[in-house]
Order: sequence, then structure tokens, then C-alpha cells
Amino acid sequence: MLAFTLRRILVALAVAFTVAVASFLLLHLSGDLATAIAGPEATATQIEQIRRDYGLDQPLLAQFLTWGWRALHLDFGNSFYFRERVIDLLAARLPITLYLGIIALSVALFVAIPLGVIAAVKRDTWVDRLALSVSVLGQAMPSFWFGLTLILIFAVNLRWLPVSGNATWKHFVLPAVALGYYAMPAVMRLTRNGMLEVLSSDYVRTARAKGLPPRKILVRHALRNAVIPVIALAAVQFGFMLGGSIVIEAVFSLQGLGQLAWESIARNDFPVVQAIVLVLAMIYICLTLAADLLNAFLDPRLRQ
Amino acid sequence: MTLPRDSAALAAPNLPPDAEAAPAVPASQRSPGAIVLGRFLRHGGCLIGGGLLGLIVLASLAAPLIAPHDPYAQDVSRRLIPPIWHAKGTWDHMLGTDKLGRDYVSRLLYGGQISLLIGLTAALISGAIGTFLGVCAGYFGGRVDALVSYVVTTRLALPVVLVALAMASLVGGSLKVVVLVLGFLLWDRFAVVARATTQQIRNQDFISAARASGLTDLRIVLQEILPNIANALIVVATLEMAHAILLEAALSFLGLGVQPPLPSWGLMIAEGKQYMFFQPWVITIPGVALLVLVLAINLLGDGLRDVTAPEART
Repeated sequence: MLAFTLRRILVALAVAFTVAVASFLLLHLSGDLATAIAGPEATATQIEQIRRDYGLDQPLLAQFLTWGWRALHLDFGNSFYFRERVIDLLAARLPITLYLGIIALSVALFVAIPLGVIAAVKRDTWVDRLALSVSVLGQAMPSFWFGLTLILIFAVNLRWLPVSGNATWKHFVLPAVALGYYAMPAVMRLTRNGMLEVLSSDYVRTARAKGLPPRKILVRHALRNAVIPVIALAAVQFGFMLGGSIVIEAVFSLQGLGQLAWESIARNDFPVVQAIVLVLAMIYICLTLAADLLNAFLDPRLRQ
Repeated sequence: MTLPRDSAALAAPNLPPDAEAAPAVPASQRSPGAIVLGRFLRHGGCLIGGGLLGLIVLASLAAPLIAPHDPYAQDVSRRLIPPIWHAKGTWDHMLGTDKLGRDYVSRLLYGGQISLLIGLTAALISGAIGTFLGVCAGYFGGRVDALVSYVVTTRLALPVVLVALAMASLVGGSLKVVVLVLGFLLWDRFAVVARATTQQIRNQDFISAARASGLTDLRIVLQEILPNIANALIVVATLEMAHAILLEAALSFLGLGVQPPLPSWGLMIAEGKQYMFFQPWVITIPGVALLVLVLAINLLGDGLRDVTAPEART
């Protein structure tokens, strides 16, 4: 387990480094930075001055090392647009996206796990088929359209919830449902398959033979074992959600990281975009690392 | 890697005698193709998905013939006409018109061409990249495998929508850019499945025989491996096609995908967004079109998996 853990951490570090290189190149492929920083009215000498001040006349490798060293200390430079430190912008926006992601994941797990259990217990009945249809439909629905439709139904027609913004918890309900819906199919299928496997295992048969009440068998013996890989999957799904929340935040005007990324892309504010790509990728790398270690801890066959 | 869970089962070359079918010819004498076709025709998902997709493809290809209006023709006097089931609907514009008075039926038909084109080409590009990487990893193993796994892990760590948006804005959004960006981003599942399936057959006797007879690696891959993993890859291709269509719609919705005046369905939703409170059909109609198209492709893909590899069913 120790060897596996070390190797897996090493891979994660290598991946993190590659992602850092990629997002560094993203900034430098976006055109001449000095011109971008100086603005449209700068003279040639001003641009040269900025080029020297920002170290943009240095070789690319030297620039990468300086940038990487600063990024390690969470210093991503200044936003072109806001003239503010990128890290301050991120610190203000990240909590909203995390909040949205956590509620969305809770919604998804809260619906998908019971649905998966019921589908497994009532295998090949209409309940099973209904659960499957919900998951197939979930994979086919465009997220932004689903979000807009939720607004139409629950905010405009029924007037239960606000249309957009992020002032109160009520503002997070619809976006969380829209975002969480996409994690549901995978979670439901994994729960269902895990439950099917566990329910046909010897120890569940023993528990049944002992005459334990079915509900107790289901929760204490079966679900407890089937749910652990689901937790690992949920970690990965959470990473996907943070990346995917850009569309949902745009639909609901939530001022999270995704919205900031979208606006910054439109404004060519590449230091911000670069930092967001990097931060989201790092969160994802940590989450998959945790998920892989959890899975390997539980299933020694995965450790080679 | 957390993905390959269901991919392993996709691959196994399988020809179990078909018990349900009891035609005049014993199952063992029917060709594998006939068996699969028979299963296809009895599989609900395949029929519904394939039928719907066929209809959408036909309608989109025939758009120049059957579209009642020019999809780009604006008419300010006919703005936002409601669809036919509305009291104020007219037969001339069965699904109504948009904010510029362009006919929704015609835009929907031409928009289908865009979605299908993007889905198909993005799946082809990503399929080529992913299959190449995955087959190399599975066939050569060892360091190549480790390298490919590392590349796939890196790719998965990048948030797709964000990177696609950033790339599209660097180069400038257009149909071609969307196809290329998606093609270069969505190859991960192809690689994972191609790797898993190649590993499964790499050490089978017919591969050893081919190797013993002196075939080069290239010919073994082309003649022996690819035909045997093709079924699994086709299933992935359908799912990635659906994925690409949804992503294109999202990119166009965010304004960095297909550009106006092209009638992309995602763009139609974006353009209708500000009118949706009083004219909800402007977003409902293209949204349902996307839903039906993606649903059809997914049903067909799931069905193809059942039909070509029944033991993968859960």
C-alpha cells in the first residue's frame, strides 16, 4: 500500500507539473503580453518598459521558472482587467463555486443512492427501469437548457425560488439541482451495480439465513459495503462539477469562479483564466488522488 | 485511473449461440453479422435510438428540400410568432419565428446539420487520437503504457469546458475551431477503452500466431487488433458524438462556439434567452431538439453495446 501510495502521489505531482506547463503556455500563446498589459494607447517605448518590468524579455524557460515559483506561493500576478491581484479575485469567487458544488453533490447523492438501492433490490421491475430512464435522460439533457427550464418552471411560473443571483441559500437551489443532475446517472449506476454484487454475496446470504430483518441487512450489511466506491466516484464527480459549473453559473448569474472565468475569457484577461484552470486542475488532481487511494485501500487488487 | 470500469466488458470477442432466436437455421450456422443484426432488430433501445437518429439525419440532410423558408431570411414584421399549438400560431411558421423573424422550422432543420457535422467530425478526430494512444499502450505495454496513462490522466485533470472556451477565444470561435478543439479534447475515453480491449486480446493465440508468422507490429495492429476492438470503439464513438454535440451547444450558448447567424441549436437557445419569460418556446424547441438527438445517439450506443457484447449488460 505504501509503495502504491508513493507511486500514485508521484504521478499526481507529474500531472500537476504538466498542467502547470500547459496553463503557462496558454498565457504565452495568447499573444504579446506586453502589448496586452500596456493597453491600446501605449507607445512603443512604454511597451518596451513594461516588457522589461514584467521580465517578458527573458527567455521562456526563465519566465516559466519565475512564474512557477510564484504560483507555488499562490501569487498568480495581476489581472489585466481589474488591476487587482488574481489570488484576491479567486479567493472572493471560489467559495461560491465550492458552495454550489457541495450542494449539487449532496442533491445528487441524496437522490441517486436511494434510487440505485431501490433499483438493485427491485431489479428488472418498473422501478428499476424508471431509474434507468431517469439516468439516460440525465445524460442527454443540455445542462444550460435544463437550468433555463428550471428557471421557467420554478422561478417564473410557480414563483417558489429566485431567478438568479447568489444572495441567499434559495438562490443556490435551482443551480445545484441543474448541476447535480449530471452526477446522478453515474452515481446511480454504480450504487445499483455495487448493491447487486453485494446482495448476492455469501455474507448477505448468511445474514439472511440468520433471520436478520431485511431492512437491517440492506442498510448495515449491503449498503455500507456498496457505498464506498460511490464515495470515491463522488470525489471525482465533484471535480468535474467545479469545472462544469461555468455553464450553470452563466445561466444563473452566480458570481462564482466559473462566471469569473467566462468573463475573463471574454475580456482576454488571461492571467485570471490561467490561474482558474490551474486551481481547478489541482483540486481535481487532489480529488482523484484521494479517490484512487481510497479504492486501493479497499481493494488490494488495484494496488499493482 | 477511475474510468475503465465498464470498458473491460465492452471488448471480449463474443459469439455465444443466440438462444432466443430459433429460426430455421441453427444459430451456429448463422454468420456473426446476422446474429448481431437479429439482436439489433429485437433490441428496443437500438430500434428507437436508431430510428430517431435516422429520422433526424434524413431531415437535416433534406433541409434544403423540405425547409419551408430560408433559415437566414429576416422579417421584422414577423418577429416571435408562436408555434402552431398556440392560439396565435400560423401554418406558415409551424414552430414560430425568432426575434428577427426567422422561421424556426427551417433553422431547426439546418441546425441539425451543424450538430451532426460537429458530433461526427469531433468523434472521428478524437477517435483517431484516442485509438492510436490506447492501442499503443495496450499493445506495447510497459513504458509506453505508463506514458499514455499519464497523458490521459493529465488530460482528465483539465476542465474541458473551460479549456475549450479559452482555446476557442484564443483562435476565435467558429465551426471549424469548435470541431478541432473538441476533437483534441475528447479522446480520453477512446484511449481508455482501446487500451483495455487491446490488453485483453494481446496475448491470445491468433496474435501470437500472427507474430510468429513474422508480421510487423503495424500489420498486426491493423489486421488483427483493430477489427477485434472495433465494436467497443464504435460504442465509445456514439457516446463521444453525443458528448461533443452537448459541448458544442454549451460553447455556442456561451458565445464562443458556432457564431451567428448560423442556426446552431445552442446558439438559438442563447439568442432566445432574453425572450424566454414571455415566449418560452424560443428556448424549449431547440432544447427539446438537442435532447431528442442526444437521447437517440445514447440509446443507440447503449443498444449497440448490448447487441455486440451482451455479457457487458448489467
